[in-house]
Amino acid sequence: MGEAQLEEIAQDLVARALRAGASAADATVLEGDGFSVTVRMGQIENLKEAASRVLGLRVFCGARSASSYSSDFSEGSLDRLVERTLAMARVTSEDTASGLPEESCLGRYGGDLALYSEDVTRLSTPERIALARRAEEAALAVDPRICNSEGALFSSTVGQKAYANSLGFAASYRASHCALSVTPIAQNGDQRMQRDGWYTVARSVAGLESAERVGRTAAARALRRLGARKVPTCQVPVIFDSETAPSLLGHIFEAVRGDAIYRSASFLTGRLHQKVAGENVTVVDDGLRRGGFGSRPFDDEGVPPSVTPVIENGVLRNHLLNSYAARKLNLRTTGNASRGVAGPPGVGPKNFYLAPGDTAPEDIVRSVKSGLYVTELIGFGVNIVTGDYSRGAAGLWIENGEFAFPVEEVTIAGRLQDMLNHIALIGSDLEFRGAIASPTILVEGLTVAGI
Amino acid sequence: MEIADRFFFERYGLTSADLERLLAAALSEGGDYADLYFEHTTTSSILVDESLVKSATEGVAAGCGVRVIAGEQTGYAYSEDLAPDRILQVAKIAARIASGPARVSTVGLRAASADHNLYPVVHAPTDHELGEKLELVARADRAARAYDPRIGQVRVTYADQVRHVLVAGSDGRIVTDRQPLVRLSVFAIARQNGQSQSGSSGAGGRVDLDFFQGDHSPEHVAQEAARQAIVQLGAREAPAGEMEVVLAPGWPGILLHEAVGHGLEADFNRKGVSAFSGRIGQRVASQLCTVVDDGTLPGRRGSLNVDDEGEPTRNTVLIERGILRGYLEDKLSADLTRATRTGNGRRESYQHIPMPRMTNTYMLAGQDDPEEIIRSVRHGLYAVYFGGGQVDITSGKFVFSASEAYLIEDGKVTAPVRGATLIGDGPTVLRRVTAVGHDLRLDPGIGTCGKEGQSVPVGVGIPTIKVSRLTVGGTAPRAVTSFL
Repeated sequence: MGEAQLEEIAQDLVARALRAGASAADATVLEGDGFSVTVRMGQIENLKEAASRVLGLRVFCGARSASSYSSDFSEGSLDRLVERTLAMARVTSEDTASGLPEESCLGRYGGDLALYSEDVTRLSTPERIALARRAEEAALAVDPRICNSEGALFSSTVGQKAYANSLGFAASYRASHCALSVTPIAQNGDQRMQRDGWYTVARSVAGLESAERVGRTAAARALRRLGARKVPTCQVPVIFDSETAPSLLGHIFEAVRGDAIYRSASFLTGRLHQKVAGENVTVVDDGLRRGGFGSRPFDDEGVPPSVTPVIENGVLRNHLLNSYAARKLNLRTTGNASRGVAGPPGVGPKNFYLAPGDTAPEDIVRSVKSGLYVTELIGFGVNIVTGDYSRGAAGLWIENGEFAFPVEEVTIAGRLQDMLNHIALIGSDLEFRGAIASPTILVEGLTVAGI
Repeated sequence: MEIADRFFFERYGLTSADLERLLAAALSEGGDYADLYFEHTTTSSILVDESLVKSATEGVAAGCGVRVIAGEQTGYAYSEDLAPDRILQVAKIAARIASGPARVSTVGLRAASADHNLYPVVHAPTDHELGEKLELVARADRAARAYDPRIGQVRVTYADQVRHVLVAGSDGRIVTDRQPLVRLSVFAIARQNGQSQSGSSGAGGRVDLDFFQGDHSPEHVAQEAARQAIVQLGAREAPAGEMEVVLAPGWPGILLHEAVGHGLEADFNRKGVSAFSGRIGQRVASQLCTVVDDGTLPGRRGSLNVDDEGEPTRNTVLIERGILRGYLEDKLSADLTRATRTGNGRRESYQHIPMPRMTNTYMLAGQDDPEEIIRSVRHGLYAVYFGGGQVDITSGKFVFSASEAYLIEDGKVTAPVRGATLIGDGPTVLRRVTAVGHDLRLDPGIGTCGKEGQSVPVGVGIPTIKVSRLTVGGTAPRAVTSFL
């Protein structure tokens, strides 16, 4: 189906809802072609290909609302969907903050965000398989200690999304995405195996790192973990590399979401316009980044993107809002409405990042006398309500500014509100590999728990 | 052919001749095996926050996944249009994984019956009126708020689904199942002197709405979440470093899921990438430990009559008195290694390729008195409730995060501590189990497991156990040593 056709389906759903008695409605229609291939030890393991589509509807009966979704686009099914959704809406409770955005907020960004690249569609199946195969071959060729592999994965999606609401807004866009990753396994004699990986993602095939580079980087990352050990429990400077630092930014995003703020479910509740971080900390949510993984011409309520300063030199400047959270907080939406197809919009990041500093990442390592360089974090021990932070970590021990030996089976713990104030150094190496990004950072005051 | 559940035949006009034609198309390029996975899932969910219904949602997802296996290779494609001609097209796409002459698919499909009927729910939760579900949610909301005036925010979610599946394989097997699933969850925030703390709780299973009574009542679930939040208001810094850890019975069984469960999934072991690879018959736990994965527990969240490859589930012994006995198998791994299938081939939906997954994973009860276990600890941690966990199956390192835990001082449970992650090593942590209580308990029916992007409902369980040494990831490094 083309974009125009998806838009028509969305508009038609909204019209049906209004005819059936809804006071307002909006609809989202998604369609995508997905492809993935896994190559392991040189052989294709899985090859998957499919087209998928789904539609979502939200109806309002005054201040009451309900929503529904379906993968069935047939005529009879759509009418049933509208009827059932309205029936639900009639028995839910009134919520005066609910509703579509104000009409003045709606619009589509006119510029080119470079979200779609034809080369993703054009890449043939044998070429896709070859990318995965080359990445794995490159990893396996690095060192005889790379003895096994969990395989290399190439995946791509090309999708269209349409949105329409009863204020007359209707628009659609197309986006592409492709990724190549490989996970080699290293072993040295009787030592425990270690695995690590590397990946590249882009909206165009041309934007991907070369398969060989992905493979070599992955192998180097797995090899440097061989012989990892625990360290004694201590308080030392901790460096989050540019792979693990974005997870910290992710927690900051969770804490500045308007829905967490109005529910007082964030440690940053009530801190707007106050100093919440060191002066060196500036965080931006940029909806206009070309090719950005969080860029789109309108959010999931039809609001165009903008650049939202979140933290400026340590001061909390803005929460990130959809129209519901904005009404709850008497603010204006920041165009952060995000939803799958099921349920009302939530809040999602645009391109949310920590502004880079001017220290080269190598110099950050050199600045540490004794500390931990974190390359992997596991687990879910983060509480946005309290700010308590405690996660499993693996990485490299730093002694006198040099990597000394690999570390595993340790945790790092602290409080997010303290961490924001103790970012001693910020790297110059900002790179977007997702909607949330951060350069390398050095955080002081954390507890490393080991032996 | 007698098929217990004629859902797909009646609703979509499918015939067994269609199924045979589709399987033949799937094997038209060769291939050793093919199967069709028809799924029709209806869901409903409610979110109440600030005592308002913030979301009431219903949905339907239906599709058919076609899988073709050729040696170690799998081709997969799916269609959301269930017209046979459309599925035929995707079957031909999946078929491309193989390259050779067409195989004769089946000698006629025959209905296989499941060995058990674990969730004979007459009225699926999705059939109940929305009003009834709203009432359950409202009761939970009221009970959490009434628990203590310091409870400031309450968020209650209710979610149910009914999944109809039909699996038809080129070995002639055809199986159907109807799988209900329901869960009620409560999240509460308590506030005092400018400090906030949270608590969470839930209950559910493959059950009817009648389940939400007694220990599973909305009030009980809500009070549990509120209690945790209030307890945490008085929490001090968690200790940091290695120490004795006692796990309470039930949901802390997530330890087993992370420390050994994933590492025993057959795909990882077939490929030699698990820390448990090649260790069958070896000691991996103290002789006090017997761990099973049991998909046959009636009404449990992790249970299934048949797995998503049509194989009946069973009770599989993973570790027997400390010795590693077996892996969790799906069809592909079992066929390639000539192992017996264990009914653990699961997938999130028709959009996904099946792989070995856990069902309900738990440790059998031991002999020890739980109170005696706590009394035996001089300085340690008593962990009662957990958030999520994760494992690196290759290095064997795993974490699970305690959200309610207490210090044990001189054999007594004392001060609550703030949330902290525990980290350990899968192949060795169970060797340090020095006591196993007689109080086996299963979790309340709230677990969801993620692997390679696929989520499936699971269960865990454990009696009170003592681990002689485990790293606790708190912030207070000297708190422990100062006690000594």
